[in-house]
Amino acid sequence: MQLARRLAVATAIALVLYGVGWWMEDGLIEYVQRIVLLAGINVILAVSLNLINGTTGQFSIGHAGFMAVGAYGAAFFGVQLAPSVQSLLGAGSLADAVTFNLALVIGALLAALAGLLVGAPSLRLRGDYLAVVTLGFGEIIRISFNNAQFLGAATGYFGDSPAGLPAFTSFFWVYAWVIAIVIAIRNLTFSQTGRSLAAIREDEIAAEAMATPTTRLKVLAFAVSAACAGIAGGLFAYMQSGIRPEDFRFDKSIDMIVMIIVGGLGSISGAIVGGVFVAVTLELMRDLQQYRLVLYALLLIVIMLVRPQGLFGSRELTELVRSRLGRRRLSSGAAK
Amino acid sequence: MLPVSEFLQQILNGLSLGSIYALIALGYTMVYGILKLINFAHGELFMVGAYAGYYAAIGLGVENYANGGFPLYLAALVLALAMGAAALLGIAIEAFAYRPVRSAPRLTPLITAIGVSLFLQNAAMLLFSPNPRPYPPILHEVRFELGGVIVTNVKLAIFGVALALMLGLTWFVQKTWTGKAMRAVSTNIDAARLMGIDSNHIIRATFAVGSALAAAGGILFGLDQIMIGPLMGMLTGLKAFVAAVLGGIGNIRGAVLGGLLIGLAEQLTAGYLSPDYRDAITFVILIGILILRPEGLLGVVRPEKV
Repeated sequence: MQLARRLAVATAIALVLYGVGWWMEDGLIEYVQRIVLLAGINVILAVSLNLINGTTGQFSIGHAGFMAVGAYGAAFFGVQLAPSVQSLLGAGSLADAVTFNLALVIGALLAALAGLLVGAPSLRLRGDYLAVVTLGFGEIIRISFNNAQFLGAATGYFGDSPAGLPAFTSFFWVYAWVIAIVIAIRNLTFSQTGRSLAAIREDEIAAEAMATPTTRLKVLAFAVSAACAGIAGGLFAYMQSGIRPEDFRFDKSIDMIVMIIVGGLGSISGAIVGGVFVAVTLELMRDLQQYRLVLYALLLIVIMLVRPQGLFGSRELTELVRSRLGRRRLSSGAAK
Repeated sequence: MLPVSEFLQQILNGLSLGSIYALIALGYTMVYGILKLINFAHGELFMVGAYAGYYAAIGLGVENYANGGFPLYLAALVLALAMGAAALLGIAIEAFAYRPVRSAPRLTPLITAIGVSLFLQNAAMLLFSPNPRPYPPILHEVRFELGGVIVTNVKLAIFGVALALMLGLTWFVQKTWTGKAMRAVSTNIDAARLMGIDSNHIIRATFAVGSALAAAGGILFGLDQIMIGPLMGMLTGLKAFVAAVLGGIGNIRGAVLGGLLIGLAEQLTAGYLSPDYRDAITFVILIGILILRPEGLLGVVRPEKV
């Protein structure tokens, strides 16, 4: 019964996504479509980084590195796999969809592996050390891609054909992944594991004293988060014709930090709002490129000084709405 | 070049780069020792110091001395001006950005520090233009050969200035009243306050001294590498931070040792492995030290308490 209901909901969501995507393709100019896609990718990035920085209370500032691993992994293996998938299913949109999602999953797995590699040795460290290690890893990953000849080194990877990577990334797939990842991370956050992660954030030593396997859980959070960032990277790669190492500079990690700080560390809905916010402001400030990071930097400082908990704090939008409504109901009840 | 002389040349270059890292690492280690804060903006103070030296040298008419080199007293004045400017900026950053969040949870000051660092980087790009520029010839370069190794007076000046500043710092921290108070605050800030030490004043002094040392590093870097740019602080700052961690953060002698080791490692990697990996080696060292000996080479293990 439950399964049938879930399947029905999933089908309904898929239909709505498909319809909106179809409408968007001729209803909106390409420029706006691009912002909508970027917003979705940002939401994935923000929600995944929030799992580490918000829920678990660790501090990663090298998330662009995981995104880069996912992007390069998905691009490379997508190009390699495309012929065999096509010979199996025949050329067409089905083969494209299968290749695309297979490539995304491979990219995500590689990113998760990178997350494990970073996480396993460094998660015994305290917050600020960890920040520097993740920054260092992000840089090492970028430098490695910069020197990897088979991935195009500094010019970037554009696949084998002169046209570049195929434009697989569409509204449907971006938002299907957004919904899947947000639901998965939400379920993880509110599960028993998620409570343990929050316990690590609140007091690691006390959590350990309560027999919480802190290191294992932190590594888990890192791997899951890296995998999601990898998906975002893959979607990003197939949105343009190719990817270059400088797409994944330190700036990109800072963009992600801004997303989760604006919305409020630890809040999934905050991360969603922050992701959309950054996508839109980046486009609005396109003409002010050189001022963008000055403004972002000031925004970070001002938020930290004035409202360090961000827009929502660590609460969810649904909780805020519910508590508002509850208060109104209470006060109107008192009036009677 | 003989292999031996080439090796010695790499060592010399590595040590001179390393003494610059050591000067910057001192600021990280002092601030961390007192506030337990990674001052991410420290690398930018190094950059601002380099630019302050640039403008001071131009202002003092360095181009008039193009042939004979700047008189020594003017070079010293450039150094002093840059150190003073960076010290003032360091004090301002502490007062406006760090003091309001000092008692907040650990992540808040860290994010603030990243924000300050980004702000200074990008403000510098707007003010000084994003393009790197050649550093004025504050010292007229004289080369001489010593057993097949090329030594320049610039390298000697780097060693001399770095050594003098480090000895000065040791004297300051060990012998003066303020230095003694710094050590007290870094051991236990609350107990130090109960003994009548004005902790705000001591923190301010720490930022001033650390920033001044970074500025000196900036000028030496400009002399050594010939080019400066608004983004020079990021990578160099990170390397200096790694140097501080390598030596044992909070430990002054450790910062010097770590700086020299990082400089050597970088130069040897660039010389014998590949110049592409000269930046990566620092992070490999960082990860290695954090796994094997997280307290650093000269650090002391302190158990974490609730």
